Amino acid sequence: FVAYRGQTELLGPLRKIELYEMGWNLKDGLRECLVAAAPYGGPIALLKGHYRRSPSARPQLEIYSSSGLPLASFPWKSGVVKQLGWTVSDDLLCVQEDGTVLVYDLWGGFKRHFSMGNEVSQSQVLETKIFHSPYGTGVAILTGALRFTLATNIDDIKLRRLPEVPGLQEAPSCWAVLTQDRQSKVLVANGSQLFILDNTACTPVTPPGLSPQASSIVHMCVSFSYKYLALLTDSGHVWMGTSNLKEKLSEVDTKIKTPPKQMAWCRRPKSQQPSAVVMWDGLLIVVGECKETIQYHLDDDSVLVPELDGVRIISGTHHELLQEVPGACEEIFKIASMAPGALLLEAHKEYEKESQKADEYLREIKEQSLLSEAVRQCVEAAGHEHEPETQKTLLRAASFGKCFLSNFPPEQFVSMCRDLRVLNAVRDYTVGIPLTHTQFKQMTVQVLIDRLVYRKLYPLAIEVCRYLKTPEYQGVSRVLKHWACYKVQQKEESDEVIAKAVSVKLADAAGISYSEIATKAYESGRTELAIKLLEFEPRSGEQVPLLLKMKKSPLALSKAIESGDTDLVYTVVMYLKNELNRGDFFMMLRNQPVALSLYKQFCKHQEQDTLKDLFNQDDDHEELGNFYVKASYKDQRLEARVALLQSAVDEYYKAKNDFSAKTTEDEMRLLRFQRKLEEEKDEQLVGFSLQDTMTTLLSVGLHKHAEQLYKDFRVPDKRFWWLKLKALAEKEDWEELEKFGKTKKSPIGYLPFVEVCIKHHNKYEAKKYVSKVTPEQKVKAHLAVGDMEGAAEAAIERRNESEISTVLSRCSATTDHLLMERLNRAKATAVKK
Amino acid sequence: MAHTEWKDAPGLPDFSLLKRLARDQLIFLLEQLPGKKDLFIDADLMSPLDRIANVTILKFCLYTSSLKYTYFLFFFCRLCFLIRPRIQTVKWISDLVNADKVAGRFRRYKIIFTPQKFYACETVLEEQGVYGDVTTDEWNFYILPLDDDILSLELPEFFRDNFLEGDQRWVTTAGSALRLLQSVYGSFSKVYGIGRCAKMVYESWRELMEDGEQRTRQPEFAKVFLVDRDVDFVTPLCSQVVYEGLVDDLFRIKCGSVEFGPDVTSSDKSIKVMLNSQDKVFSEIRNEHFSNVFGFLSQKAKNLQTAYDKRRGMDIQQMKAFVADELKGLKQEHRLLSLHIGASESMMKKKTKQDFQELLKTEHSLLEGFEIRECITYIEEHINRQVSMIDSLRLLCLLSITENGLLSKDYRSLKAQYLQSYGIEHLLTFANLRQLGLLEEQQAGETLTVMESKVGKLVNDKTVGKLTDAFSSLAKKSNFRALSKRLALVPKSGEEYDLRVPRDMAYVFSGAYIPLSCKLIEQVLERDGWTGMEEVTRMLNGQEFAVTGGSSSSEARSKTDAQRIVLVMFLGGCTFSEISALRFLGKERGCRFIVVTTAITNSSRLLEALLDNSA
Repeated sequence: FVAYRGQTELLGPLRKIELYEMGWNLKDGLRECLVAAAPYGGPIALLKGHYRRSPSARPQLEIYSSSGLPLASFPWKSGVVKQLGWTVSDDLLCVQEDGTVLVYDLWGGFKRHFSMGNEVSQSQVLETKIFHSPYGTGVAILTGALRFTLATNIDDIKLRRLPEVPGLQEAPSCWAVLTQDRQSKVLVANGSQLFILDNTACTPVTPPGLSPQASSIVHMCVSFSYKYLALLTDSGHVWMGTSNLKEKLSEVDTKIKTPPKQMAWCRRPKSQQPSAVVMWDGLLIVVGECKETIQYHLDDDSVLVPELDGVRIISGTHHELLQEVPGACEEIFKIASMAPGALLLEAHKEYEKESQKADEYLREIKEQSLLSEAVRQCVEAAGHEHEPETQKTLLRAASFGKCFLSNFPPEQFVSMCRDLRVLNAVRDYTVGIPLTHTQFKQMTVQVLIDRLVYRKLYPLAIEVCRYLKTPEYQGVSRVLKHWACYKVQQKEESDEVIAKAVSVKLADAAGISYSEIATKAYESGRTELAIKLLEFEPRSGEQVPLLLKMKKSPLALSKAIESGDTDLVYTVVMYLKNELNRGDFFMMLRNQPVALSLYKQFCKHQEQDTLKDLFNQDDDHEELGNFYVKASYKDQRLEARVALLQSAVDEYYKAKNDFSAKTTEDEMRLLRFQRKLEEEKDEQLVGFSLQDTMTTLLSVGLHKHAEQLYKDFRVPDKRFWWLKLKALAEKEDWEELEKFGKTKKSPIGYLPFVEVCIKHHNKYEAKKYVSKVTPEQKVKAHLAVGDMEGAAEAAIERRNESEISTVLSRCSATTDHLLMERLNRAKATAVKK
Repeated sequence: MAHTEWKDAPGLPDFSLLKRLARDQLIFLLEQLPGKKDLFIDADLMSPLDRIANVTILKFCLYTSSLKYTYFLFFFCRLCFLIRPRIQTVKWISDLVNADKVAGRFRRYKIIFTPQKFYACETVLEEQGVYGDVTTDEWNFYILPLDDDILSLELPEFFRDNFLEGDQRWVTTAGSALRLLQSVYGSFSKVYGIGRCAKMVYESWRELMEDGEQRTRQPEFAKVFLVDRDVDFVTPLCSQVVYEGLVDDLFRIKCGSVEFGPDVTSSDKSIKVMLNSQDKVFSEIRNEHFSNVFGFLSQKAKNLQTAYDKRRGMDIQQMKAFVADELKGLKQEHRLLSLHIGASESMMKKKTKQDFQELLKTEHSLLEGFEIRECITYIEEHINRQVSMIDSLRLLCLLSITENGLLSKDYRSLKAQYLQSYGIEHLLTFANLRQLGLLEEQQAGETLTVMESKVGKLVNDKTVGKLTDAFSSLAKKSNFRALSKRLALVPKSGEEYDLRVPRDMAYVFSGAYIPLSCKLIEQVLERDGWTGMEEVTRMLNGQEFAVTGGSSSSEARSKTDAQRIVLVMFLGGCTFSEISALRFLGKERGCRFIVVTTAITNSSRLLEALLDNSA
């Protein structure tokens, strides 16, 4: 009922599109092969002659693209393979009988292997399933002991042994892995009983509304999104429902009671109709909501590959896609459809025929104001079509319709054109990635580019990046980096040639990390090439880790320093410290002042002695001196302190720093002096500065000793006078103060005497010193003792305008009226002059 | 001074976003360790943390009390440490873990380093044998917005580590901070800088940019200026006389808030006050010269009184409206006003004394290069009388820088006297100061070149250049006098300077000196580069650069607001005086400055970082 052409065939609500005629040449088709095909149009792996089990003939492992082009082929030499499967990043997993999993890349190169645990290897693998979840690719194993072992992510293996299933005597009739509540669980059927196994428990469940005539569940499958579950019973009924077993969607009788080969969901996201595909030898049955089934004959042994929006059917000769007809396509292509999209397509056809009917159709759409809906439908339908011709027709129609719309946002149209161009390119027979538009959107451009890179289709990947205007950092640069990583592993070319080729290609690409490429080169045993490549790395920080790995430590150190990243320098220094012997290590640091200063910093906190050794080695006597001084005041014992200071003195002399040496010697003397006095007079003195010592001495009346210090340490007169002055005033020992003032002419003048007395509220004493003050300070002195007249007198005498003003400002108008007049007069004369 | 809103001033970007980012990440990190846990917070991180996430938020996601890490109390079997990446702290934690092991206690430990973790710290964990027991994480809390136009990295150790110890690990941190600003607020069109560290920060930033995706969006700042603290040591050594600077000098502003003691609050307890543009009174006086503040405050008080007085003669209805609308605002203003009046009274008490005037006079003489002998005598007396350890040191440094080193005789005698006053351990302080070029002896010979050539023989040619850089920064000449002349930093003496109507940036130092750092910024922005300033940069030891940002949309170079916002980054700290000077400059030029600094500094903090008696 639909006007479909070409290789598309309709099967009720489903359509079947022929993707490829397979390029491989298999004599026996897929019979006797273990087959695994990766979703999203990924590669296909075959283990030929697997079931033949003759010791002489080794099975052959072959890898093909989706279009059947050979990628790799090699005889299988390891143990018996139970299951093949692909990871999300297109690596091949081969699960062996003993529980060992071997990982190969797309090109048949061995990558690594891992074990599923002792328990598995002892009781052997009975059945295994490889599944995908948001956490990566997982492996589930049913062992000979009828226990399940699970690894959710093979890149980060954490083995989980699931609880026992009660009453399980032999292999369960069927089982599947579910992902629910951020956890992978196993659903097991033992006869008619169903169990859900999670980490801790085994819970029996019953699917709602399962017809009672069944005595056993023989097959089950979970949808791509893990949301839906289909069960096939021995009575030939297919039960379909949600995977949480809360809801039943439908139940259909297939009327076939033999166990099927395979069963898969065929459902596009957001679709309302449940439909599953069950495959027997030579027969395919599609079951859906209604009681009717669609039967379809298969010529050849086939394999079903569930996809996000359908099922791929791979046979020995053909590769087909079975999917629900997308809504937009159905609307447009249904016979006699009056949907806006269909009308628009018709209008465009008429327009190309230059027929006036085009206008009629257009009017019809426009009258219902559905033109933008029509354009949208055409664009969407184009996305779902595989034939470039059909795509073009639909897009032309959309573009035609767009002309009659004034402000229709063009993004959808433009991006669809771009996407389709990319999709058509990768669907090409030579590339062989038959992605649908829905799948493409789900997997994202980045992943597609990764896949292309993985298949070494570098030029195509770059074209795609450029065409889709992917930011350079994520796009072209990334591809080029992969290319370069591949390139450096080509053993046949010389270092120079490769280095040159790489640098030329990568020259103007942004965000390239040469160090990653160099790492690859080093890993494949080409140290020289790695060093050459590192030279291109603009960020010296990136070079360092690899250089260290390659044991090029001096280079690493200088690069680290160049980078200016101290943390990196630390990394290298610490590495060197462990790697080299002490002498060499110090020698190397010596040539790198930055590293040296950092290491000193570190030693200061961690290893004091090393610090000393470092200074010693450098003959840095100055620093050594400082070091000892510092050490000295950490030590409590006087003897130790003096000894340390003595070392400091020696070092300072060596450093020709006489000043520091002398001062340190003084300090030693002072310490001894303090100690002696402490013992004699019982005063806490050790550790005080000279000044503090003298202050203490004076304050307790030990004038003699203070005098001695004053002489011994050549304390400046001024300082001593100040000190003594303050100390005496503090004690209010005015008599002594007066005596002291008269010992000789004060080096600090007598104004301080006045001020100190005033400070201690002794005006009487203060006045004694006013007369001794020098003429310049007379005014201040008088003011300090509050003698306004004296101050005025002195100021007038000196005829100093500013001094007169100072005095004036201190006079109060009420009491010093006369004085003010005098001052004002004197000021006037002073100003005149 | 007229306090009209800045005419035509461009709006500032919203920096609270940075706080939100940091907070969200912290909560995320803490939730990584599920269940109840004890949280230990590095004492240095308490105030910054307080600014971005209050304790209730922490409680909410932790059910825990936040403790300073010197306080030992373990309730839970999960311990989480929030620390700066310092070797000592990590060592302390390792000891704790080892002690637990010995005692047979099993606990889970998680260390969150902020702003980033360093390899050295991990090495310590490894050496102490606890690497496997501890999980580590990074909290990328690079920038704390202190105010609308001040962003701080809150890394006071940056100065000492970078300039004294030659440890450049914070360079990448500064680079990452810039990268963060760029990713949130758009790229910059032009970058200028001066100083070795500035250059390295720029390099690190550039590399980070190349690594990441380029996001082109309308930039919110036009220009960036990076400046090393060691380019200008004079400014932070001078006494601050602008209100905000004075408050910092006297009461120490910590993370944008200050604790006023009982003498200010005129009650028996001290009050913690946030000082930022939200405080209406403060925002008007923060940039004022101190001599104006009192007059302004009393005017304000009068206005307030009038506002209160309105109440009289109001009928009930009006009164109701008054209470509802105005009273709260007035009360708030009243409270703030009385606080600031208290603060300035307390300042007056301390600062109008004879001593302070003389101190200022000496500073000004030093800046002018006038009556140096008298200054030396004054400093001597200052030391002898043991007025203040830091102040004496500050004057000594100022003398040395402005005079390009001290005469041998003076150097020795002053040093000897200082040691007599404050103890011999300051021998190490003097060694540090000499290394930084803050306090030096004038030298006759060309010792530097000798040393250079000696070292040069040891290493290959490629590194010689780098070495020379290193040494020239170690032993650099200050050339202050010549710089001051060329840039006219010190206005001609004799002219009256009206502090009420500032005519240039010199007002922040009573008209005696224009901060060198700010003058450089002004000149470079004016010339759009360093051309014509070759002489100046030579005297500052070169290392200047100017780069036009590659990714900027040059067609959008129109008169957008963003083009008039300049980001200035001080590496090693900046003072409030400099910020005030920049605000003034911005007002003059119709642009706005955003200051990013590794920490707010002042003379005491600068010098305390260089003392060596604590180790």
